[in-house]
Amino acid sequence: MTQRGMTPQPPPTIVVGYIPNELGAAAVRTAIAEARLRGGFVHVVNASRGESYVDRHLADADELNELDRLLSDSGVPHQVVQRVGLAEPAAEILDAARETSAVLVVIGLRHRTPVGKLLLGSTAQRILLDAPCPVLAVKA
Amino acid sequence: MTSFAELLGGFGTVLTPENLLFAIVGVTLGTLVGVLPGIGPAVTIALLLPVTYNFESPIPAFIMFAGIYYGAMYGGSTTSILLNTPGESASVATAIEGHEMAKRGQARAALATAAIGSFVAALISTVLLALVAKPIGHLAVSFRATDYFALMILALVTVTSLVGSSLVRGMAALLLGVIIGFIGLDSQSGQARFTFDSPALFNGVDVVLLIIGLFAIGETLYVLVKGRTRPGVVQPLEPVKGGFMWLNKEQWRRSWGPWLRGAGFGFPFGVLPSGGAELPTFLSYSYEKQRSRGKDEFGKGAIEGVAGPEAANNASFSGVLVPLLTLGLPTSATAAVLLAAFKIFNLQPGPQLFETESDLVWALIASLFVGNVMLLALNLPLIRLWVKVLEIPRPALYAGILVFATLGIYAVSGAITDILIAYAIGIIGFFMRQFDFPIAPTILGAILGPELELQFRRALKISDGDLSVFVSRPLSLSILVLAALALALPYLPKLIAILRGRPAEGSKISFADED
Repeated sequence: MTQRGMTPQPPPTIVVGYIPNELGAAAVRTAIAEARLRGGFVHVVNASRGESYVDRHLADADELNELDRLLSDSGVPHQVVQRVGLAEPAAEILDAARETSAVLVVIGLRHRTPVGKLLLGSTAQRILLDAPCPVLAVKA
Repeated sequence: MTSFAELLGGFGTVLTPENLLFAIVGVTLGTLVGVLPGIGPAVTIALLLPVTYNFESPIPAFIMFAGIYYGAMYGGSTTSILLNTPGESASVATAIEGHEMAKRGQARAALATAAIGSFVAALISTVLLALVAKPIGHLAVSFRATDYFALMILALVTVTSLVGSSLVRGMAALLLGVIIGFIGLDSQSGQARFTFDSPALFNGVDVVLLIIGLFAIGETLYVLVKGRTRPGVVQPLEPVKGGFMWLNKEQWRRSWGPWLRGAGFGFPFGVLPSGGAELPTFLSYSYEKQRSRGKDEFGKGAIEGVAGPEAANNASFSGVLVPLLTLGLPTSATAAVLLAAFKIFNLQPGPQLFETESDLVWALIASLFVGNVMLLALNLPLIRLWVKVLEIPRPALYAGILVFATLGIYAVSGAITDILIAYAIGIIGFFMRQFDFPIAPTILGAILGPELELQFRRALKISDGDLSVFVSRPLSLSILVLAALALALPYLPKLIAILRGRPAEGSKISFADED
């Protein structure tokens, strides 16, 4: 895209669905690499439904610090948002993608047994099918 | 020595494959519900009562119930230490010190001292139970109607004054329970009371209905209204650092004293009507804190503050069984549920129980030993599995509880009316929680109210309607005086402070009442 005397476009946003494990870390690393290529902005979402006493998908203070260090070291402009108890994680990520007019959503993906999918639904599937932009699925 | 022979007989009963299986089911279920905040042993036993209706013998049922209670105690300490949310109400003290230990990377040591302390205390207190139960039973034979009346008053008053944040609310909850207990046809005159002329209420409200309604349905509604909360963070387990059973030499040295003292607090306060495990737990914690004067480790993860209260917590259950088995007097919500279970099997706890049902009593006592051995073996190695239970989404969990509760009630009575009554009680239970009314006095009131009336009438019949019969017998009178004093018990620290001329801090000692 060339710019001829027009106001500069905001950098394209890449939304990452983050969970504190190697899957989430792989997604963030991929998002950073993409952001470098596109000169983009990384918007990290970590969400929990807040329906259980413990949720391993919710990052605690240490994990957020580590995530922040990873992003800061990369030098890519970024923002980390944590949302608890408002909506399904998939809906939170999709909302973030719509609000920021994201050019790309990055998520981690892993094998699930049919029973596991039946019991807990699939955040990844909803994002893949409902995202307003291309989705990049990363395997750890 | 006969007690010992009978105890061996009890072990003979428990150590059969079928009964061992029930013990394993009990301790596993108990640990699972103990780990979960908000669901205690009382409601679990109440939910399982209908399942046991078709049992031929009450023995496996009671072995399972004892396992549930102890399992819940072990599970509760796990949640307290790793999550800082007490899994059940008697683990509050553990949540302070145990969680601090876990934060300092001593999670394994805290879990181990809690589990081993629970084990040691349970063994000691069960031996004490085996020793004192029969003599107290013999003593109880000489009790008269007035003594029973006074004892029940004492139990109701102490529990009411100790649980919950205000005495007035406790009394209101107690009164509600007594009124519910009176619903139905009067056993002597046949007059209908509080039935609103509805034949559906002539048989009264079943205690199982009341417990399931107040605890299971009420708690479900409460959780539903509270909605979503920020999930807690489970402290990670540090790598095993050696030592015997996750405790090093220093930790063993610091733990054994509090274990023994905790058992010393737990058993007698369990025997006395003091509302179960909370008071001895609190006393043990305060005492260990006092002893440690000079070391300001308390509040920052002192192992004594985990070892003592956890031991007291477990020891109190054997204590609670003493008045329950020998006098038929429940002193905590769980004991009230167990009393309901006895009634289902047409058993009358009391002095005769040791004669008529000695198989059951000794099997129950032996199962306490067996259950604790199982728990010690299961609890520590499976910690990661227990913690996983906390990841179950609450909607799924409470939907399951509601289904179980509804099916259970229907299985008992086969009447839709009973389900509606239980849900109505559940709504009352929800408002009681919402407005900070304790639940235990209501349950005890409903169970003891009719008994109280029975003994009251019996005493008056013997005395030809002379009310002075309650104060003319020294034993009855002194128990009634104790009951009056018990009303002031929660205000004792405040009174002492005022007498010493210091400004009073805090208002009233109070305890949660989930079990």
